[in-house]
Amino acid sequence: MTDLLYSEEEEALRSAVRDLLTDRCDAAAVLARAETDTPHDRELWKALAEGMGLAGLLVPEELGGQGATHREAAVVLEELGRAVAPTPYLTSAVVATEALLACEGPEATELLAALAAGRTVGALAVSLATAPGAPFNGVRHEEVGDQGGALHGELTGIADAVGADVLLVPAGGGLFAVHTAQDGVTVTPRTSLDLTRPLATVTFEGARARALTQDADAAVRRALRAGAALLASEQLGVAEWCLTETVRYTKERHQFNRPVGSFQALKHRLAQLWLEVVGTRAAARAAADALATGSADTDLTSALAQAYASPVAVRAAEEAVQLHGGIGMTWEHPVHLYLKRAKADSIAYGTAGAHREALAGLVELPAP
Amino acid sequence: MTDATELRLRTEEFLAAHPPASTDRGDFLKARFDAGLAWVHYPEGLGGLGAPRSLQAVVDAELEAAGAPDNDPRRIGIGLGMAAPTVLGFGTEEQKRRFLRPLWTGEEVWCQLFSEPGAGSDLAALGTRAVRDEASGDWIVNGQKVWTSSAHSARWAILIARTDPEQPKHRGITYFVCDMTDPGVDVRPLRQITGEAEFNEVFLTDVRIPDAHRLGAVGEGWKVAQTTLMNERVSIGGMRIPREGGMIGPVAKAWRERPELRTHDLHQRLMKLWVDAEVARLTGERLRQQLVAGQPGPEGSGMKLGFARLNQEISGLEVELLGEEGLLYDDWTMRRPELVDFTGREAGYRYLRSKGNSIEGGTSEVLLNIVAERVLGLPSEPRTDKDVAWKDLAR
Repeated sequence: MTDLLYSEEEEALRSAVRDLLTDRCDAAAVLARAETDTPHDRELWKALAEGMGLAGLLVPEELGGQGATHREAAVVLEELGRAVAPTPYLTSAVVATEALLACEGPEATELLAALAAGRTVGALAVSLATAPGAPFNGVRHEEVGDQGGALHGELTGIADAVGADVLLVPAGGGLFAVHTAQDGVTVTPRTSLDLTRPLATVTFEGARARALTQDADAAVRRALRAGAALLASEQLGVAEWCLTETVRYTKERHQFNRPVGSFQALKHRLAQLWLEVVGTRAAARAAADALATGSADTDLTSALAQAYASPVAVRAAEEAVQLHGGIGMTWEHPVHLYLKRAKADSIAYGTAGAHREALAGLVELPAP
Repeated sequence: MTDATELRLRTEEFLAAHPPASTDRGDFLKARFDAGLAWVHYPEGLGGLGAPRSLQAVVDAELEAAGAPDNDPRRIGIGLGMAAPTVLGFGTEEQKRRFLRPLWTGEEVWCQLFSEPGAGSDLAALGTRAVRDEASGDWIVNGQKVWTSSAHSARWAILIARTDPEQPKHRGITYFVCDMTDPGVDVRPLRQITGEAEFNEVFLTDVRIPDAHRLGAVGEGWKVAQTTLMNERVSIGGMRIPREGGMIGPVAKAWRERPELRTHDLHQRLMKLWVDAEVARLTGERLRQQLVAGQPGPEGSGMKLGFARLNQEISGLEVELLGEEGLLYDDWTMRRPELVDFTGREAGYRYLRSKGNSIEGGTSEVLLNIVAERVLGLPSEPRTDKDVAWKDLAR
């Protein structure tokens, strides 16, 4: 039976992550960092990944990880979403890690351990907009005589490539590991809608690569599915923050000699939003639990969670901006960071529409 | 007596003493009540054992597995869900002993005389009067109630009436148990937009209620009614529903079986509603798991809101999907069903009946206020009626 609740251990994990984020990741700091050249908070990442061991949650203990499950990773993502934390958790500890878990051989094992320890940050070099199961771009692979070869070409829309130590690159049907510091690799930051999850274009000019698997398709599909499923938990965190902050603000802000939160028109909108947040929690938990237990329902619950959570997170952020009135339009107030994250998340790992299409196939409700 | 193992054993012993296959249904139910296995969280002697509420699931599972008859909870839903907890909470010992057993076994059906033509969402504005007859001590009740399910088959009613019009509206109300066989009680079917009459209007003319049938103190009826209403809203959401178990089921079936009806626009809308329905189902399942784990969350307050909207949107889509067939209706014959079957008839019926889902048991607008105020802690709107005597209110 699908377990939709949080265990005591999961709640303890949540408190620990929330405490750390309260101390080290306040909105003003996130905002200040967003405009610098180093979008990721390295110190925060160190505390989360090395200090708390969170980067290795999905990696089995014998491979150097924590041997936890997607249920715990989902709880971490809820909290990171609540803080719009500028860390590569989703891209490195979930998506890149899942891709590596689909590979075999010493190269993959070594990289997995490095990612799990948080020493190395990885990124899958597939556009963030790609839905699980959708076609994706690769680059040209050239045999050079060693076990990897060299890569040539350009890939766009790569999330968290800025700041990544290793890229996992599809080329010629296989998946390859490329270190970003070496010759022949150029990571060009793009100006991203979401300031806290930067995108980049990556160019390879004869970059030396090491082979991870001949079946990039399976590895990428697995990685994107986990990304999509657990993104719903991040979206839940984003939506929760928006609702909580807006409720707090409308209780304090007075107009017409009463708190604006006492007007029925606003109360109904916030209550409606609460209902949708409650639904998002159920959907996100179902998806995380299905992944954790390897349920046959995993494809369905992942697509369901994305189809539902994406529009809810966007609506929560849009309502938050509107119900904060003028202050919601300012750069100083952090609500715009949440709007930008929510809107970018609604495209990440497939739009709600793409996931509804996937669902139609899964539940045999075909389009005409 | 709080242990699941002990309770399972007790249920097994009960089943051995009263084999469902060879025991009369009524006798079985009475014996089950007397054994404390009706609702285990009720006190001993009143159908329970004073055990935690969550253990009822243990008993129910054992009985179901043994093929035991149930007490038709749908038919006696108002009694079980609303009258019983109120009698238990506010009744005298004598009232509890008189009413609870036949209520639970279904020998006596209950209905609820709360809403009035002028007091629906603002229930506390009700105007049905109960006046004390000084000579006998009885109460004489006059007024009109509306939207009363099961009034035509009910033996008893829970009734709220105004006993002091000089008081502000919430304070002058008293709560009674009304005998529906009293000659002053006139039940008339209320035909609805579906063509049938599942509800009634109830006219009360000089109905005499003995003071022994009062629940709670004189003037405290609103407090008592809160227990009833709280239980009304909690009673949904406790069941496991399979995927496509609700209104989405028939539409999905039609979509699969009749490809000629499919259009791109309908497909977009169908998939969105399929997602919403599945998420609502998971939300209900999460609520159920919380209840079983003994940690009830506030999710329950929202379940009815979600289902009302979904039922309306899905059945609306279904009528449209059917195209020319959607122009037809199955049957406008006036009948008085004992039960409402939300999904049992055709699309047109589902569409019309679901319009009531956002009105009955609290309108969606009132429920949204409740969520906003009790769950989110938002302030209430300023009110002008609170300290004004009922007789001075604009009506």
